[in-house]
Amino acid sequence: MILTYLIGALIIAVGISVNRNKWVNYSLAGIFLLLQWMFTIYACFHLNETDLGYFTYDSLGILLLITLSIIAIPAMIHSKIYVENHHESGAVRAIYFLSMVGLITAIGAGYLANHIAVTWIFTEITTLSASALIYHHRNKLALEGTWKYVFIGAISITFVFIGILFLSLSIQQSGTGHMSYASLLENAHLMNPFWLRLAFLFIFTGYTVKLGLVPMFTAGVDAKDKAPAPAGALLSSVLMNLGFVGVFRMYIIMANTPLHHWANLVIGISAFLSLFVATVYMIKVKNIKRMLAYSSIEHMGLVMLGIAAGGIGYYAAILHIILHAFVKSSLFFQYNQLYRVFQSKSIYLVGNYFKYNTTGAMVLLLGFISAAAMPPSGLFVSEFLIFRSMFEAHQLVLLIAVLLLLTMIIWAFGKNILKILFIPPVGFNENDVPRISPWESVTQFVLLALAVYLGLNPPVEFVHLIEESLILLPH
Amino acid sequence: MIDVLLITLLITLFYMAIANRLMTYIKVLAIQGVLLFIVAFVQLEEINPLNLGFILLETIVVKAIVVPFFLVYILRKNNITREAEPFVSNFFSLIITTLIVVLTVLLSNTIQEARLDKIFFIVAMSTLFFGLYLIATRRKIITHVMGYLVIENGIFVLSLAVGNEMPMLVNLGIMLDIFASVLILGIFLNKIGDVFKDVDVQQLNSLKDV
Repeated sequence: MILTYLIGALIIAVGISVNRNKWVNYSLAGIFLLLQWMFTIYACFHLNETDLGYFTYDSLGILLLITLSIIAIPAMIHSKIYVENHHESGAVRAIYFLSMVGLITAIGAGYLANHIAVTWIFTEITTLSASALIYHHRNKLALEGTWKYVFIGAISITFVFIGILFLSLSIQQSGTGHMSYASLLENAHLMNPFWLRLAFLFIFTGYTVKLGLVPMFTAGVDAKDKAPAPAGALLSSVLMNLGFVGVFRMYIIMANTPLHHWANLVIGISAFLSLFVATVYMIKVKNIKRMLAYSSIEHMGLVMLGIAAGGIGYYAAILHIILHAFVKSSLFFQYNQLYRVFQSKSIYLVGNYFKYNTTGAMVLLLGFISAAAMPPSGLFVSEFLIFRSMFEAHQLVLLIAVLLLLTMIIWAFGKNILKILFIPPVGFNENDVPRISPWESVTQFVLLALAVYLGLNPPVEFVHLIEESLILLPH
Repeated sequence: MIDVLLITLLITLFYMAIANRLMTYIKVLAIQGVLLFIVAFVQLEEINPLNLGFILLETIVVKAIVVPFFLVYILRKNNITREAEPFVSNFFSLIITTLIVVLTVLLSNTIQEARLDKIFFIVAMSTLFFGLYLIATRRKIITHVMGYLVIENGIFVLSLAVGNEMPMLVNLGIMLDIFASVLILGIFLNKIGDVFKDVDVQQLNSLKDV
């Protein structure tokens, strides 16, 4: 089935790229969504089966695939709204939808890959399609963002490749040449610790460009700033999850070797530094999109702290990345309405949003409450569990430092969002504010409600899938 | 034989560290391509002929001919001045390059692994770190691209070390080479040169937070 999916996506992509007709483009994007959902449903019914040799429908892959397919629908709807509002030419529109299809397909296939090199290949493809999306506006700033993303992305991808090479050196002792995750796990105890350490360091560093952690997070922030918001929503939610998959699958192997503690240390240091960096920039940043991007970095830092703490932290981490994907993408989808009202992304020039677009302001407020992990947000549950796991792992000093940083982040985030919502902007001309249909906010409400529902009252199957994806970790 | 070739590759790095002109960089990259071609030819004898042909094509055609010509074309098209404009003096560059090599030798001495040819490891890691150093200390964007190409060469050496056992990894490395080179050079050729007239990294600082 995955072959059908990939070929189907390819055919749709070719169809979009050769066609300049607006309605043909839209309907092809619709057909792609249909294909995406058919594939997702097929995957759900074939749990733990291997397809085409290199793809396995395992529980982690399926959870994230469903998340991707859910977010893909509003992404396409808002892409259509975006393209219509900007009166894009046929060629620009075709490249936009082509890259969206490519990005979603590559992310989905990357989730399911059961071979470390296949994950790597699809990560490479996401860099390619994401760079086309970042360059959408074709101006100087977009070019700068694209260049930085491509260059840092290329170096990171190279790092992952070096990591894979080291990994192949470390498994030579075991006599197997096969590098699927399952076979690596089987031979974990035979691996040479020296090469394994180097391999993990390089692979982890390489994937941080997608995951959004120190040291490679910078390119991602520029990318989310310059890409159109519907694409930015994908970059800061499902693409980050792909980075998480890359790191997590490698982490499972590390956890089954004597280097488990060392890997936790590496991840923990990187995660704490990411939180620190996110705090510093959240306080200073005046660009709304970059603020949202730094908030994503904060959340990924928390997720990795949960992984490093272990215990209930594993469960919380998986829950957190899924819920975060829903919340952050809905905020990004909302951003374009804000931009249409104020024609600016600077916090200085926007304000009193409730007056101009009540529905949109509601989304922003609820999105803020969700992203700041205040109850009833689902993220509250996962963050609480992460703190509990840190408490149980006796990381009290770290926990206090993290809580202090989070307080500052919530203060900065809240100050900016409340300014947008309630304080009137200086010198803003109210006369030509466009009327924005409340229907455009429906998908955001649905995503936010989904995050609340999955956090507070998770269905049994959902919990079961998360637990199953952690089964390979030592308890 | 292989040792001599790899050490020659190491020496080209020192030459690159003190070179002043961009044309010299491009020539060194071409020479590195040829060196890699011979190393691959000697080292990978157990691999099947089709695969070997593919690898040789990649090194000799892409690394030694196409990419250097492409770089020269970019230099001409965008009227980039011929100086490399490093942030640090040549003397200092040379010392740092030496330090990089010494450190990788020390690192490789800690490895207790009989299977790996240490010289491959030393040359690969030195080339890798030298590429990163080159990126960090040169002012022009095009020298960043060259630094990246140096890193790729280092990785190619590393993949040759495991190439006989796992030809798949060498192929993947080649895919990475071609993919990234085309993407990066393509953007450069088409866009950066036209938009940023005086191609200097100082111009790439508009995206910031305050």
